[in-house]
Amino acid sequence: MTPGHRLELLTAKGISKRFGGVHALSDVDFTINHGEIYGLIGPNGAGKTSLFNVLTGIYSADGGAFVFDGLSLAGLKPNDVAARGIARTFQNIRLFANLSALENVMIGRHVRTHANVFGAILRDAKTRAEEQAIEARAHELLEYVGVATRANTLAKHLAYGDQRRLEIARALATEPKLLALDEPAAGMNATETASLKGLLGDIRRDGTTILLIEHDMKLVMSVCDRVLVLDYGKKIAEGTAHDVQKDPKVIAAYLGGEVTLNMKGAA
Amino acid sequence: MQQFFDFKRNPQGAWVGIALVAVALIVLPWVLAGIGTAWVRITNLAILFVLLSLGLNIVVGFAGLLDLGYIAFYAVGAYVYALLASPHFDLHLPFWIILPLGAAVACLFGVLLGAPTLKLRGDYLAIVTLGFGEIIRIFLNNLSQPVNLTNGPQGITLIDPFRIGSFDFAKRETILGLDFTGPVKYYYLLVLVVIVIIVINLRLQNSRIGRAWEAIREDEIAARAMGINTRNMKLLAFAMGASFGGVSGGIFAATQGFISPESFVLVESIMVLSMVVLGGMGNVFGVILGAVLLSFVPEVLRYTVEPVQRALFGRMLIEPEVIRMLLFGLALVLMMLYRPAGILPSALRKRELERK
Repeated sequence: MTPGHRLELLTAKGISKRFGGVHALSDVDFTINHGEIYGLIGPNGAGKTSLFNVLTGIYSADGGAFVFDGLSLAGLKPNDVAARGIARTFQNIRLFANLSALENVMIGRHVRTHANVFGAILRDAKTRAEEQAIEARAHELLEYVGVATRANTLAKHLAYGDQRRLEIARALATEPKLLALDEPAAGMNATETASLKGLLGDIRRDGTTILLIEHDMKLVMSVCDRVLVLDYGKKIAEGTAHDVQKDPKVIAAYLGGEVTLNMKGAA
Repeated sequence: MQQFFDFKRNPQGAWVGIALVAVALIVLPWVLAGIGTAWVRITNLAILFVLLSLGLNIVVGFAGLLDLGYIAFYAVGAYVYALLASPHFDLHLPFWIILPLGAAVACLFGVLLGAPTLKLRGDYLAIVTLGFGEIIRIFLNNLSQPVNLTNGPQGITLIDPFRIGSFDFAKRETILGLDFTGPVKYYYLLVLVVIVIIVINLRLQNSRIGRAWEAIREDEIAARAMGINTRNMKLLAFAMGASFGGVSGGIFAATQGFISPESFVLVESIMVLSMVVLGGMGNVFGVILGAVLLSFVPEVLRYTVEPVQRALFGRMLIEPEVIRMLLFGLALVLMMLYRPAGILPSALRKRELERK
């Protein structure tokens, strides 16, 4: 198979990460295929965000490596990982708070544009064209996620749900092949979550694979093709949403006993 | 300020505004010369501080890296100029070679300071940069032995003025019936340089590079996750800021004709930082205002405090220097209370207000 046509986009092989004596991640393996929405769930402290941080180069793994689009991500810095095509959002939103929504997204274009100091100072035709393209694309993305009317509002003054959407727009601006979302629905009400679900569907339809950490089981079960369940840094289950939610180990991890997990409303 | 120069919304108004500013800048030295040549010199020094503040604004205002040793780059630029255009080594290279060279050497020192401090922020970075500034000054003070490189605390004298062919910036001459003194000539040169540096600042700010700096200032981890190479961008900010400092230093050496390590003490770094903070960190026009205010107010006090007190009380009660420090303290408190973001805060907040 040629690299452009391989089925798997991201492969994790034996990912381990320790913090002192705490095994945040132990030997985690999984594969994400092109075009999937891949869920990552687990109780608090299971290692989901640690996995994100290792994937995006914020932490370096103590063992194992990620292979993304045919190339290893080992040893890459966060900015190199973004350049390779992985963009992320953060569990505790990390927007550029004192910049406008539009500028936040324009900064996302940085990694795909080229103007250097001399271009910026001389402002030649090429740089001007690039600037216009950056701004146009940023407006498109704000439209896409539904925050276009607030383009000139400072990020910190946006409503919570809009901040989450803006963070997704900023991540999409880097033209990712894989979009990693860390609890995008946290703190959203039912209406906002429903429209987020629509947005995730749109993003997948437009060709971006999604890795989704989420506590909202209803959302996970309805949008994710496959789900990986972590508990105490170990993979305890992987499979379709349907199968995973019946797995006794998953139920035990979440509820600590033999209780049936209530996932009514899941598709 | 920006709304007067908004070419998109109000092109005519912008041109009128620019024409007015241009006329004012051209006429200014003649008005000042009428009051006294000293005022032209004071203005030149003020413009040098504007240059310095604009350079420091790149590091502090745009990239958010607190630099308390900025004056070191000014010193480096000044010494590069002084050593290559004075009887000290008997070198007399023309200024258009030394000035860029001074900028380049200062830029190199900027990178030297930037590289080991990449992981530091806030207070920690401030302490290291403060140390760096002092190290440079102490080197300048002591590099007179074993080889006399800097002439130590005596400093370097008889530094060449700028010369283009037979046109000498230090000589008084009459052109078109107007009496051009040395300071007046330097004034026009400085205005040209400051305009170039303002344009560079404004263009950098509204560019891919400027946005990357803003991103680093706001949230470094998010900036890296968005693919911004924070290492290179920080080094670039240090290098750009330092080279502006180097250029200013070279001009300073040429206008003064004499430099010594005493001109580059910590208080000067703090002064430049105060100008940036007072005017409005990150806003080019705010920074210019801050620099002009803090350069002129002490001079105005120097010339007015004594006569005013003599007229009122018959004798001098409080020294101008004391009043200056009192006013600084008062200004500091008032700023904290009423304008924590500076007299002219950066444009973003204004834009936010416009929308609402």
